[in-house]
Amino acid sequence: MGDVKRRRIDELAARAGQVPEGEGGVSLTRSAFRRLRRDPVAIIGAVIVVTFLVVALFAPWLAPRDPLAQTLLSQIRPGLIPGSQEGFPLGVDNLGRDLLSRLIYGSRQSLMIGVVSTVLGVAAGMALGIIAGAFGGWVDTVVMRFVDILLSIPGLLMAISISVLLGQNQYALMIAIAVTQVPIFARLLRGSMLVQRGSDYALAARALGIRKRRIVFGHVLPNSLSPVIVQATLSLATAIIEAAALSFLGLGDPDLARPEWGAMLANAQAFLSVRPELAVYPALCIIVVALGFTLLGESLREALDPKFRR
Amino acid sequence: MLRFIVRRLLQLIPILLGLSVLLFAWLRALPGGPAQAALGERATPEAIARYNELFGLDEPLIVQYLRFLGRAIRLDFGTSARTGRAVTTEFLERMPGTIELTLFAMIFAIGVGIPLGYLAARRHGSWLDSTSVIGSLLGVAIPVFFLAYLLRLGFAVELGWLPGSGRQDVRMDATRITNFYVLDGLLTREWDAAWDAVLHLILPAIALGTIPLAIIVRITRASVLDVVNEDYVRTANAKGLATSTVRRRHIIKNALLPVSTTIGLQTGLLLSGAVLTESVFAFGGVGSALYDALFARDFAILQGFILMLAIVYVLVNLLVDISYGLLDPRVRVR
Amino acid sequence: MTSVLGAPVLEVDDLSVTFQRKGEKPTRAVDGVSFSVAPGETVGLVGESGCGKSVTSLAIMGLLPSRGVKVGGSVRLEGQELIGAGSRKLRSLRGAHMAMVFQDPLSSLNPTVQIGTQVTEVLLEHRDMSKAEAAAEAVALLDRVGIPDPRRRLKEYPHQLSGGMRQRALIAMALACSPRLLIADEPTTALDVTIQAQILELLKELVVDTGTALVMITHDLGVVAGLCDRVHVMYSGKIIETADRHELFAQPRQPYTGGLLASVPRLDAGRGTPITPIRGSARDAIPWAEGCAFAPRCDNAQDDCLTEVSGSVVPLEPDGPGRELRCRHPLQYPTAPSGATALGAAR
Repeated sequence: MGDVKRRRIDELAARAGQVPEGEGGVSLTRSAFRRLRRDPVAIIGAVIVVTFLVVALFAPWLAPRDPLAQTLLSQIRPGLIPGSQEGFPLGVDNLGRDLLSRLIYGSRQSLMIGVVSTVLGVAAGMALGIIAGAFGGWVDTVVMRFVDILLSIPGLLMAISISVLLGQNQYALMIAIAVTQVPIFARLLRGSMLVQRGSDYALAARALGIRKRRIVFGHVLPNSLSPVIVQATLSLATAIIEAAALSFLGLGDPDLARPEWGAMLANAQAFLSVRPELAVYPALCIIVVALGFTLLGESLREALDPKFRR
Repeated sequence: MLRFIVRRLLQLIPILLGLSVLLFAWLRALPGGPAQAALGERATPEAIARYNELFGLDEPLIVQYLRFLGRAIRLDFGTSARTGRAVTTEFLERMPGTIELTLFAMIFAIGVGIPLGYLAARRHGSWLDSTSVIGSLLGVAIPVFFLAYLLRLGFAVELGWLPGSGRQDVRMDATRITNFYVLDGLLTREWDAAWDAVLHLILPAIALGTIPLAIIVRITRASVLDVVNEDYVRTANAKGLATSTVRRRHIIKNALLPVSTTIGLQTGLLLSGAVLTESVFAFGGVGSALYDALFARDFAILQGFILMLAIVYVLVNLLVDISYGLLDPRVRVR
Repeated sequence: MTSVLGAPVLEVDDLSVTFQRKGEKPTRAVDGVSFSVAPGETVGLVGESGCGKSVTSLAIMGLLPSRGVKVGGSVRLEGQELIGAGSRKLRSLRGAHMAMVFQDPLSSLNPTVQIGTQVTEVLLEHRDMSKAEAAAEAVALLDRVGIPDPRRRLKEYPHQLSGGMRQRALIAMALACSPRLLIADEPTTALDVTIQAQILELLKELVVDTGTALVMITHDLGVVAGLCDRVHVMYSGKIIETADRHELFAQPRQPYTGGLLASVPRLDAGRGTPITPIRGSARDAIPWAEGCAFAPRCDNAQDDCLTEVSGSVVPLEPDGPGRELRCRHPLQYPTAPSGATALGAAR
């Protein structure tokens, strides 16, 4: 299926090997980094991402209150959830918990879900891609057919199936999201390795009598990684958004002790007409973080791939 | 061209087989197994045992799989534990709504996205360009269901401009022929019914179409920027062709190639997004049925719907491949 | 001087092109270039890549982007001024009165449009023809540029044609409306050697048959030798030597021209005679305002090649009948010129 989808991923992979003209002397990584530092888009993306990472790391020190403590309960009645007031800058949620503190603590769980699921997806996808790309032949055919089958299920439906299978817990959530990313990374890496394997330098290395394994792991693989890095950065954004969607579908983390933006957003839908801020703030957090990862990913792509520059 | 289509069709077979294996395994791996899946969570152990015997679930897996495959080919996925109706009937009844919704969403995304992307590229660096770039970045970052809620709250609940739930006003009492409500209205000349169905589609379609819109704007813009710098556009200008000819035949035609690829990729996103959007708007298509089935743990529906949606997805991608072959002569020959 | 068959088709006078990118200092790609082309005449613009020859041709055609580019001077096509002319006017002239053939035939053809459409669209745009007439004319055109089985080729796409065929198709498009001026920008660079010769032969025939004025842009002296009547050698945006083809090959005066000729391997040079390349690369040029741009690479360069010493920019001056030269220390020849001595002196 999805010949077009496959082609699109392979196209991205093919672009990987291109070295910008006139920068032959400098290593690709270093010249890419130099371009990144001069790119305002990259800087905005990095600032967003770093800010949220810092908030997540230092949540216990930054949060004004305990995110689980139910206060102001007396003020809550149907159709009224107290808003901003002394000591509660953003008000409380429907159970009287401080919204700001929950948002701050929520960054931990949301970023964790994003990072873990992406790392899992990248690792599994890369393993498949390497197996296919390194061995070629029938191994390649079998692995890629399997990947095609995975690609033929729309992402969210796949995540739903996995979630239902594994039950409702945060690990199931992460694995479900990871699985949707596996085929993308497998195809990407394999395509990119094929391009590199066919390149002149790999041929030259073979002609010099260098062992195949050394060529693959010493040269081909490192040179094939840049599209994977770019896609992984973009996937962090998708993963966080997808986690929210799964929470909305009732497949999120049931453990109330761990505030998470997706779950907060899904939960707040019921109170949208009473206090829309309950939904707006976690949604804003998700949007901004996703935006940060997207900006970073896009500028990474531009830095690593001269043809994409705009 | 015909050989191209036949080849693509043949390539589908292993994928569909693989899909059926995966979904068969999925149902087997569920806690409680297929019997519980079929009978629902409250089934008694005796009922489960009877079911297992009746459907040969004590036989070897391979036999069971072949039987499952045989039924799947006849599109028999059992009956819903919740409604007691055949899964396929349920699907076919609801699919027209989802098709209508995704079509409207796609029309919105393409109709707005391509012109906007084109204008942004031609006015590279203008405010229109920067606005559409920023907008397209935001568009992919917003959770679909949140956007759907916002639209519903704003335009249906607060302003009351558009209906916020369902596919048609229940008081409409429209005649059903195809279950495509808009089409039915047109066929039966019940114009008010058709118009009402269209009104019901607007908000969900905008919510669902926003991500594809954002992506289409971005790809169109990048692609037009690429193409205007191509040598053949310079050749066209050197030939002194009218600006409109250069634009239509030489810029847009080529710029649309990557866009059409993206449009194909969006169908997966649309089907995923339909689950979220439809449930917010209680739309009554396949998506909201999946949502309900999920909460009711109605596994027969889940399995059958996911398999059939995957087939739809695969077929749509096939169509995209074929249309790509029509657009780009280089693909056809390969 | 060769065939001057009447009023010049193209007169370029003091043409300059300046690129101005935001935040960067402007660069002058073409500076004070003047030349003219008569009907049936072939004029070569020769130089290394980056010397401004292609920019000159795009400026003549009005194909440079309007943003960030400043074009000065004058370009007259059959007496009509093109610089500053409206885009509608230019469009009506391009393809009809002046046409261009580009370097890379594959990328210069639209990959998704049939060859036939790409030929007929010129005819339909500029000539009052029906679609059927245009199609018939397209067959005739393809036939004329030597494409076999033209009727079938009309329905084909660029990727189905060989490199030589593609260039022939591009030439057919350029010739569709019998333009008075044809500019060919490195038309053979992307082709195999045998195909190169065929394409050059075709261009030569067409010029003879139709009396079209041809501007040949190339870095290949072989092309110049085979085709051009007059040659302008460009370096760093300026013309540095103008001469009749025979004289240029026999007695190059600018050391740069001499260097170009000497760096071409020759069969008659005798075995063991080394090929002498020009030192450095075109990047080593200095701005003309500071002195002769070629001076840093020139064996003949002396102090007065620099503006600082001489007090003036090196001018382009008449240098014998029909010749012009921009050089203070040109190559010298004994009174009776011959090819062999010329090459000797160039070394």
